[in-house]
Amino acid sequence: MTVVERREVALVDLLDRLLAGGVVISGDLTLRIADVDLVRIDLKALISSVNENVPAPWEEML
Amino acid sequence: MSGLRYVYAVCRPFGTPLPAQLTGVAGVPPKQLAHGELVAVVGQVPEEDFAEEPLRAHLEDLDWLGATARAHQNVIDALTVVTSPLPLRLATVFLDDSGVRTMLQEREETFVRTLDRLEGRVEWGVKVYAEPPETAGRPEGSGGADARPAPAAGTAGSGRDYLRRRRNQRKESEERWQRAERFASRLHASLSGYAEDTRMHAPQNSALSGASGRNILNAAYLVPRTGSEAFVELVDRTKDDEPGLRVELTGPWAAYSFSGEDT
Repeated sequence: MTVVERREVALVDLLDRLLAGGVVISGDLTLRIADVDLVRIDLKALISSVNENVPAPWEEML
Repeated sequence: MSGLRYVYAVCRPFGTPLPAQLTGVAGVPPKQLAHGELVAVVGQVPEEDFAEEPLRAHLEDLDWLGATARAHQNVIDALTVVTSPLPLRLATVFLDDSGVRTMLQEREETFVRTLDRLEGRVEWGVKVYAEPPETAGRPEGSGGADARPAPAAGTAGSGRDYLRRRRNQRKESEERWQRAERFASRLHASLSGYAEDTRMHAPQNSALSGASGRNILNAAYLVPRTGSEAFVELVDRTKDDEPGLRVELTGPWAAYSFSGEDT
């Protein structure tokens, strides 16, 4: 196919797919770590704590 | 052999070998594990990082999560060059090879059906952002100067003027969102015409993405490789249609958003 010029993939786009997409396999054979929604929530908390000194860009729009 | 098995994807057997220098999660080159009509692409990962408890802790560490996600994607990307892989969710870990084989066996029928559906298709991501307005909606007290009409400001700033100004700002803001929504649904409708399937992702939080503006559309489209050029051109054409809105295209991705059975 045509190769489209590709910038560095943004982590958030990657996580949309890797944490919300892909086949979920759970069962006795796998480790039980499928509750990725929790990861997502923790991640948000993590990032907002990292950025607490940076004004959130959307506040102006509320 | 000790260590756990990290599974990236399930594929049909592909003739082309993966690049020799390709590494995946934990810096380990992925290998193919064939069973029946299918191949699992697998990497051996250390228990101290990928057993249930350490993995859970690691997943809350953004640096670790980011590096692992990129390593995972690295392998999926390489697979996408040689086949149409069915990607698994991040951090799908098995105890050993025989666990992987049993999984392939048990789900063979479903995997084959899904792989048939994804054969020769890729995923494109399209996002629409509404740029924040230049002046409207500032929190009170911050930069009031440019929010006020310059002449005749003085003593005329009565409560009624203030309320009118606020009302106008609110109205403009509503109209802007309605325009943005209309643009996004029009774009989605025309892109869907080129796609075999579509998925809506939740709008991205700008604290996570670092992107400016509010994300009002975050959609994925399953497109035949042969139709990708037309799809990309269509996105390019609509990009500058509406001032104040920004369209972003990502991809081609492996069909992450279309790996479910229900599609």
